[in-house]
Amino acid sequence: MGSAAPSVWRMTNSLIAGLDQTQLLALYHSLVLTRAAEERLEILQKQGYVTGGVYRSLGQEAGAAGAAFALNRQTNGTGDFLAPTVRAAGALFLFGGELVDFFRQYMGRVTGPTRGKEANVHWVDLQKGIIGPVSPLGTMVEIMAGITLSFKVRGESRVGMVFYGDGASSTGAWHEGLNFSAVQRCPLILMVEANQWAFSTATNKNTRVHSFTEKAAGYGIGSESVDGTDIVAVFKAVSRAAARARSGGGTQMVELRYYRRLGHAQHDSQDYVDPDELAMWEDRDPIDLFEHRILEENWATESVLHKIRRRAEEECRLAAEQAVQEPVPDGREAVKGIYTDTIIQHPWTRADGPNRSHSNELNR
Amino acid sequence: MNHPAPEHLKKTERGEPVTLLEAVSEGLFEEMVRDDSVFLMGEDIGVYGGAFKVTRGFLDYFGDLRVIDTPIAEGGFTGAAAGAAHMGLRPVVEMQFMDFISPAYDVLTNYIATSLYRGAGPMPIVVRGPVGGGNRGGPFHSQNVEMAFFHTPGFKIVYPSTAYDAKGLIKAAIRDDNPVIFEEHKALYRAPTLREVLPDEDYVVELGKARTVRKGSDLSVVTYGAMVHKSVEAAEKLEQEDGLGAEIIDLRTLLPLDEDAIVESLKRTGRVLIVHEDTRTGGIAGEIAIRLNERAFEWLDAPILRVTAIDSPVPYAGSLEDYFLPQVEDIVTAGRYLAAY
Repeated sequence: MGSAAPSVWRMTNSLIAGLDQTQLLALYHSLVLTRAAEERLEILQKQGYVTGGVYRSLGQEAGAAGAAFALNRQTNGTGDFLAPTVRAAGALFLFGGELVDFFRQYMGRVTGPTRGKEANVHWVDLQKGIIGPVSPLGTMVEIMAGITLSFKVRGESRVGMVFYGDGASSTGAWHEGLNFSAVQRCPLILMVEANQWAFSTATNKNTRVHSFTEKAAGYGIGSESVDGTDIVAVFKAVSRAAARARSGGGTQMVELRYYRRLGHAQHDSQDYVDPDELAMWEDRDPIDLFEHRILEENWATESVLHKIRRRAEEECRLAAEQAVQEPVPDGREAVKGIYTDTIIQHPWTRADGPNRSHSNELNR
Repeated sequence: MNHPAPEHLKKTERGEPVTLLEAVSEGLFEEMVRDDSVFLMGEDIGVYGGAFKVTRGFLDYFGDLRVIDTPIAEGGFTGAAAGAAHMGLRPVVEMQFMDFISPAYDVLTNYIATSLYRGAGPMPIVVRGPVGGGNRGGPFHSQNVEMAFFHTPGFKIVYPSTAYDAKGLIKAAIRDDNPVIFEEHKALYRAPTLREVLPDEDYVVELGKARTVRKGSDLSVVTYGAMVHKSVEAAEKLEQEDGLGAEIIDLRTLLPLDEDAIVESLKRTGRVLIVHEDTRTGGIAGEIAIRLNERAFEWLDAPILRVTAIDSPVPYAGSLEDYFLPQVEDIVTAGRYLAAY
């Protein structure tokens, strides 16, 4: 990500939540970039380039960006670790996930990090500290418990952050991973995206608690709940959680309270959603709120924000354009990369006849 | 780390015979000494030394960062092993009984087995533990779990039948960059007949290679684990009573399957009997039979047959379990039938 502050910007040197103006505008850029990228995805899907589901984070952008911004992001394998969800693309971008890879993944391009073998934000980059999720999201708490266990074992001052929705909080994997992490005092921050829906299942059908932080008490870990539409508040809360985790305080939980304003994916008609409730949350759009505050507090002018928005849209347009032109993998690639050292056979009907003379699969 | 190795882990060094269990312990211990990225997780493996004492003395020697007593949560600690593996560690996870691997099925199949394919990097993890029946353990302490994972691309599956192989294979499994399911048969753990003096050297047994236990020209018995020993008993009986020569192939590694070894044996004998302790439907016999059908149909002088456990949960009462499990007489009966075909 490039620097977000245009050179024309007049600095006032005021610090908000420990953030200077450059950082505040980087946060703004992250918000609008996420939205622009997802809007671009919808276009690409309508054009037939995206064959899988498109998952929007409309209304949740501040939770992802504010949280990731509070961590130590490096590209040389020494920083903190992030396990995003598909609704935390902004966090992925802040950790150095490339926009063009995001589009490549959605379009199954061979140039993408998983070479077309996996979709959307499901990719791993150990140098950047990115652990893309698998679809059973509760499982990622287990994985990140192990990542952060390695920090503890090696005495490194690093933390991990794992995102998941309120649905994943119901899984056994979530419990097992969290309990393991808590017992081992792993420096892991659980970010619950309390967006009030797990596909079409409302939160009150997933849990009896009023706030997911009530669950933290059952594991003996620290927690706080924060307005997930307020990016500065999220940044502050996660900064505190990260400081606790980094200084030996063990596993932490932060609940992001907000609303999933679009369906689970594009195929979701949302006919189970109360329109009045939706309208209420539209009035609490995280980008609108942050813009309003930036202008009110005189951190930047509208023309500066406008330029940042235009830049984000342009970045998305160019990245998508590039990914569109790139190839999908040859189908025969499907047999590759299952083992580090063992070859898997092609279907004989597409190779050289029945497997009669084939050497076995253990050709090293 | 500076204090001397526990005496009970130095039997090979002293030239004394070891059991299969002690062979596994020695293999684990040597790998942990050799490579400090190797560490252990599991239930009761530290203070107690494991339900079967495979890791007795490890906690004192290696400390609690490398020998981790976990909550009772197979999914949780197997998932944590995956995270640690991402970071360059080489976890060896113990299932107290392999029957309890099922809570980890999600993370094993969805996460660990797919990791390399997803571009997320290799998963050098060993999941090991006791399997198998005959010990009156009932439905939850007796299962064989290989076929639950055989169908998931990405795993290797190892199942030793001797002390020599157990040590060489556990060391090879730990050094392998792929996830390995490693099954240790409880009835073989302390079997006195399996005690042997192992080479006092750093040897491994290559994964994916079967072993010819016994030569013979009348039929091939393809088997693994505890059934290797029952097959040997049956082969001796067939030789003494019928003058039949049964060749026995111990697969040792089920995935990848040493197809060449099986085909070569078939070409020598023309008859194949597959024997496994695992239940019948969906057992490995079906896969072996179709591979022989694909590759060596003309060499067959008789149908491929199998002797397996029955398709039921593992029963508790001795009378039931004995009926459930394949017995030497079953192998003898099948061998005679095949030879006469």
